[in-house]
Amino acid sequence: MDNIFINYSLFILFLPLAAFVIQIFFGKKLPRQGDWVSIGAISITLILAIAMFVGMLLDYNPDFRQEASFTWLDMGAFSIQLGFLVDNITIIMLLVVALISTCTHVFSLKYLKGDIRYSRYFAYLGLFTFSMNGIVLANNLISMYMSWELVGVSSYLLIGHWFEKESAANAAKKAFLTNRVGDIGFFIGIMLIYTAIGSFTFTDIFEGVAGGVLVGTTLTLAGVGLFLGAMGKSSQFPLHIWLPDAMEGPTPVSALMHAATMVAAGVYLTIRIFPILSPDALLVVAYVGGFTALFAATIAITQNDIKKVLAYSTVSQLGYMILAVGTGVYTAAFFHLLTHAMFKANLFYGSGSVIHSMHHALHEKNDHETDAQDMRNMGGFREKMPITYWSMLASTLAIAGVPLFSGFLSKDAILAGSLSFAQHHPEHFLLPVFGFGAAAITAFYMFRMMFMTFHGKPKMPELIDDIHESPKEMAGPLVLLGTLSVAIWYTLPHLNPISTDGSWFTTLVHPVTAVVPGSFTAHAIEEGAHHAHNLAMGISIGVAALGIGLAVLMYLKNIISPETWGKRAGFMYDWSLNKYYFDENYDKYLYQPTLRLAKKIAWIDWELYDKYFINGFGHVTNWASRVSGKFDYNIIDQFLVDGVGRIADNFGFMLKKIQTGKLQNYLLYVTAGVIILMIIQSY
Amino acid sequence: MNDLNTYLLVAAILFSFGVFGVMTRRNGIAVLMGVELILNAANINFVAFSRFGGMNFDGHIFALLVIVLAAAEAAVALAIIINIYNNMNTINIDEASSMKE
Repeated sequence: MDNIFINYSLFILFLPLAAFVIQIFFGKKLPRQGDWVSIGAISITLILAIAMFVGMLLDYNPDFRQEASFTWLDMGAFSIQLGFLVDNITIIMLLVVALISTCTHVFSLKYLKGDIRYSRYFAYLGLFTFSMNGIVLANNLISMYMSWELVGVSSYLLIGHWFEKESAANAAKKAFLTNRVGDIGFFIGIMLIYTAIGSFTFTDIFEGVAGGVLVGTTLTLAGVGLFLGAMGKSSQFPLHIWLPDAMEGPTPVSALMHAATMVAAGVYLTIRIFPILSPDALLVVAYVGGFTALFAATIAITQNDIKKVLAYSTVSQLGYMILAVGTGVYTAAFFHLLTHAMFKANLFYGSGSVIHSMHHALHEKNDHETDAQDMRNMGGFREKMPITYWSMLASTLAIAGVPLFSGFLSKDAILAGSLSFAQHHPEHFLLPVFGFGAAAITAFYMFRMMFMTFHGKPKMPELIDDIHESPKEMAGPLVLLGTLSVAIWYTLPHLNPISTDGSWFTTLVHPVTAVVPGSFTAHAIEEGAHHAHNLAMGISIGVAALGIGLAVLMYLKNIISPETWGKRAGFMYDWSLNKYYFDENYDKYLYQPTLRLAKKIAWIDWELYDKYFINGFGHVTNWASRVSGKFDYNIIDQFLVDGVGRIADNFGFMLKKIQTGKLQNYLLYVTAGVIILMIIQSY
Repeated sequence: MNDLNTYLLVAAILFSFGVFGVMTRRNGIAVLMGVELILNAANINFVAFSRFGGMNFDGHIFALLVIVLAAAEAAVALAIIINIYNNMNTINIDEASSMKE
């Protein structure tokens, strides 16, 4: 009974892998292309995850923790222990991954119906779920790093699912390569820690740092290194460029990976390593997160592609979580991760539902030119798609931070944390400014998206008749996750809509003090956040109302014309629309010089090394073999081999003359031979 | 007159006649007869050595063996000659030279 949770988590980890193996090898031969294998595996995973979650609630022990490890590699002095760590954070995260993954599987049944690589798609979903659970369950940096890379691979495979489209293939490459940049930092961080402490497990690392084995700049560098990995995966500035492009993948994948779980892996990592982040490293984390939150929000306001809006809002929300870790309220970050996973996945499913419907409508009209994802072609879908509308509205209210919805609670906790941080360190007043600014903009652009898609007059009236609500496989996840966007699930057992005090979450996930000497204690951070709570809540409601109000005026009532204001904003509008020209500038200052350098090196390789060294070697070999060939032909072949043949030939030519065919001649030879022998004998 | 050399001389003359016959006659049957002469020359030698050379019955046995062998050989050889005649319409062995080079 002791390790029952570990046993459960083993199943949770390996069932999706089994589904992946079955699908990749036999998927095409199975009935219905084997989608039931994946659905079955993920459903059992979900049931087990729920069982673990219920077990956790029944236990209600904030210090619950089970760990199991085994020796993976043993080379005397160098041995690597791998293992699982199951605590309350793990259990909640496993449930999130299993739930969103199950929803994605079910949603994909219809969304990818008839796709040419249907079974392979489900196989990759299984691989992704396995890798993500691997990250969640890891109790050490090495197996986390392995799963981390596997997540990168499965993300690459799924973004590039429609690799016939060049943009999808490029997006997949971009995602993978951008992640590599972060992963290098991750690896450097791991090595720095291993060099100092000599172990990869979190327990040993925390003990080592607490014992002062790893201090000062090295510790900060190690923390920043690990954080760099999180920046890549969680798409933080300046490595945010891959996430919006990753929307080239199928929409359910965007919901699962690029909104709810995979990008949350970076946040999860920073939450796990929070105790060893030094104050300096935390400051870096906070500024990166805060800046990303605001920066991505300002891009989102001008995007017209429905998925791009959601993509930048994801980047922005991830920035929030990172900001929360940086300001010390890392449980708030995890709380936001949880609520964000629900409402953002739902928003993506909603957009998938809209896009799916648009595709069908455009297909009916034989229109293959119009962009099915462009909100400028939508409008007035509310009556046609009520389920999608209402569930998306719930999630939009949540992300905008409206009371009674989940996002309000988690965002509030983060903003209170950053406000309290600024109260203690007035020089960092920018952090709450980032947070509140992003909150206002988020409310604005999310409602802009809702109004443009569902309200107003249809912009393409000829399509509206063919817009239908999506099938139940797609509506089911929408309803489920829309319901989970409501605050009540997160405040239980209390029914306080504006505070999480005493809820199951705050009880079970309680912050621990960082082990770095000189850190704020968890208690002090909590107290500070508590004091700032009311002020933060007030400002937060205010900015959300501001954003929503502006959106209503501009896009619902049309009192303020967005076009005029867009023109008035001039270059700022252009910058936002073009994502601050990040892709262009990266291209100009990063990719092109790299390519030029690569070309130079290629020139050296080709013109010098290849032409003179390799070809020279070839020439020498050629010449030597020609000489050797001549010797072989002229001496061995012509003289020796043929010579033997010629001798035999000549003798045969001479001897065939005595072959007359006359019997008596032969007899004469015999007799003559005998006589000669006798003569020889007698001498 | 009644000694070994006389018999050897007779056998030698007979052998020479046989060899001469085998080498000079064109007729296949005549060649065969030459062969018989050679065999009988050898038989005379065997019997003579049996009488004068101390071979005792070994020579006799060998002579009988040669006679049997000659009979068998004659049968086979005559069959060959009949076949040659059937195929080539002649028993002149000079013309049976289709295996020459």
